[in-house]
Amino acid sequence: MNRLLGWIDARFPLVSLWEEHASRYYAPKNFNFWYYFGSIALVVLVIQIVSGIWLTMNYKPSATEAFASVESIMRDVEWGWLIRYMHSTGSSFFFIAVYLHMFRAIIYGSYKGNRELIWLLGMFIYVILMAEAFMGYLLPWGQMSYWGAQVIISLFGAIPFGIGEALALWIRGDYVVSDATLNRFFALHVVALPLALLAVVVLHLLALHEVGSNNPDGVEIKRNKGPDGNPRDGIPFHPYYTVKDLMGVTVFLFLFAIVVFFVPEFGGWFLEKDNFVPADPLRTPEHIVPLWYFTPFYAILRAIPDKLTGVLAMGASIVVLFFLPWIDRHPVKSIRYRGPLFAALIAMFVLTFLVLGVLGTQPPTRVLGELGLRFGELYFSFFIVLWLYSRERRAAAHVNTFIVMAVLIAAADVIRFDPGKVELMLWSALIPIVYYAVFVLAPIVTSLNEPRPVPERVVYR
Amino acid sequence: MSWVKRGACIAGLVALALAGGAHAAGGAIPLLEAKVELGDRASLQRGAKLFVNYCAGCHSARFMRYSRMGRDLGLTEEQVGANLMFASDKPGDPILATLGEADANAWFGRPPPDLSLSARARGPDWIYTYLMTFYRDESRPFGANNLVYPDVAMPHALVELQGVQARREDAGDGPAAPTGAGELLELVEPGSMSVAEYRRAVRDLVNFMVYVGEPAKLDRYVLGGWVLLFLLVFFVISRLLYKEYWKDVH
Repeated sequence: MNRLLGWIDARFPLVSLWEEHASRYYAPKNFNFWYYFGSIALVVLVIQIVSGIWLTMNYKPSATEAFASVESIMRDVEWGWLIRYMHSTGSSFFFIAVYLHMFRAIIYGSYKGNRELIWLLGMFIYVILMAEAFMGYLLPWGQMSYWGAQVIISLFGAIPFGIGEALALWIRGDYVVSDATLNRFFALHVVALPLALLAVVVLHLLALHEVGSNNPDGVEIKRNKGPDGNPRDGIPFHPYYTVKDLMGVTVFLFLFAIVVFFVPEFGGWFLEKDNFVPADPLRTPEHIVPLWYFTPFYAILRAIPDKLTGVLAMGASIVVLFFLPWIDRHPVKSIRYRGPLFAALIAMFVLTFLVLGVLGTQPPTRVLGELGLRFGELYFSFFIVLWLYSRERRAAAHVNTFIVMAVLIAAADVIRFDPGKVELMLWSALIPIVYYAVFVLAPIVTSLNEPRPVPERVVYR
Repeated sequence: MSWVKRGACIAGLVALALAGGAHAAGGAIPLLEAKVELGDRASLQRGAKLFVNYCAGCHSARFMRYSRMGRDLGLTEEQVGANLMFASDKPGDPILATLGEADANAWFGRPPPDLSLSARARGPDWIYTYLMTFYRDESRPFGANNLVYPDVAMPHALVELQGVQARREDAGDGPAAPTGAGELLELVEPGSMSVAEYRRAVRDLVNFMVYVGEPAKLDRYVLGGWVLLFLLVFFVISRLLYKEYWKDVH
């Protein structure tokens, strides 16, 4: 065994790679619950790739055969139903893991301290994942597959000067979603995007291992090294975090198995009812709803009466996340040592995201549409306030921000003015007004936004 | 940071609660509950018989093979052949309607939908309610209309079993009118089954359609239990391993 290792090591840096990234890669010892989701996301990626390979063996990417081939996987292929449910459940769990992973980065400021590229690469993973999920969803060729793709691709048509229509045509390869679209989505879903995804995941990990992990206290462990040259507050990733992550992955797989075996549709959130009806280009379903992981952005799109503005706002709601490391420049990383207002701000952002997510699944009635717009305003406001909180600012800066935002929101209300819903608009305006009063004005008169001192060493619990 | 964990728990609960009502169908009347019992094999067998006798003449279930159905329902090939198949079918064949497409187009305007996945697309409660709420309506081509699927092209295929229902004269209409199927319809001509028998027959039929929608459902609950048990045991092991390694981390 040792001779084999020696033979390989003379030709390939096997041992040094293992040491650099596992057995001598020091991670802070105070990781908590939120630090499981990186390894969990990696496990889901493997599940998706492996189950995807087996699905590809039996799936037929053709408009006439796709739906039947999926049903044949569900019925005639040995264990096909399990492979398919692992893949369909895996896609939703991928987003759950990734959203929790991103949330962790936000509450502990994991994009700070030379970690901007880790966040950027992570955002690229997220965007590729969205494309991967969107294209994969067309493949079963059910009604919702078909019409969901139809709606989303037609969004490109909102781009003016004839560019949009040409672009949509280029993406579809046809004037409507058709066999050509299915084939190219299949190619992208099973070859191009997974390759890109794997490459960016490797880069994400390389960047992480270069700088080292952040932690719930925000302590930079490399600044405090013992006589052996290793961080005092760190422990080797292997075996400590491999065994800990193994435990986390087991819990995760337990929840995953509950869904796969007992509720694979998850009440219509993971597999939509309408997708059990074969795609029919002549019959539009009553409500076209994307899967839950897209609905927050879909709600922002629909809330805005003007289509082009809506498309731009939806794009901006994703693009703004890329800039998070440059928006939040506050020197204190962790939520533990920032004021209660910061915690409330993040709680409010989570609530905003969830509310938008639910609104995106509902038909846009008068009241719900208005609510979607207000919460869309709160979504973007989060980043404004985050920027405002980035450093100690004079009271005037807070007041000015309040005034500027009030003017902007009022201007938006004037532009979209609709005499039929004056009362509704006035009432719902309370949502952003209260938001800004609390988050922008309260720090002037209270000390709720003052950070506490960050410890030098890790507080291990 | 326990509030963060609490928040995560609450968010999880909210997600679970929402899972129940994500796509609650917006039918005209509140749906009756089918209360099917997939583990009841006798019910599935009765349902299969009803399906073949009353549905499969016009509707296909093109993703369901006779052989698979016999195996899952505990029937021998002879039993399936003698009771459930048309003479020309082979055991490996799917359930295909005998009604030709030309006739179907002439009679109904389009071929009756395939029923393989109806229970998944519509939900068992919808199908149950649908089959319970046909009523006499002379303005329709086949003299029958339906409460959950108004102006449906299909005639009441089970009318000889259920009998004829009619809209109650005293139910009225307008905003205060009752919406329940029981208050809206009454039996005016009894069929060959009593009300309770018919209810059970429809339940059996819907049960069978749930099975047809996803035959793997019979396996996956059983297998799922074992998988969870394994993961539980494995969690204990991984937990012990973690404790053992981490006992010297301070």
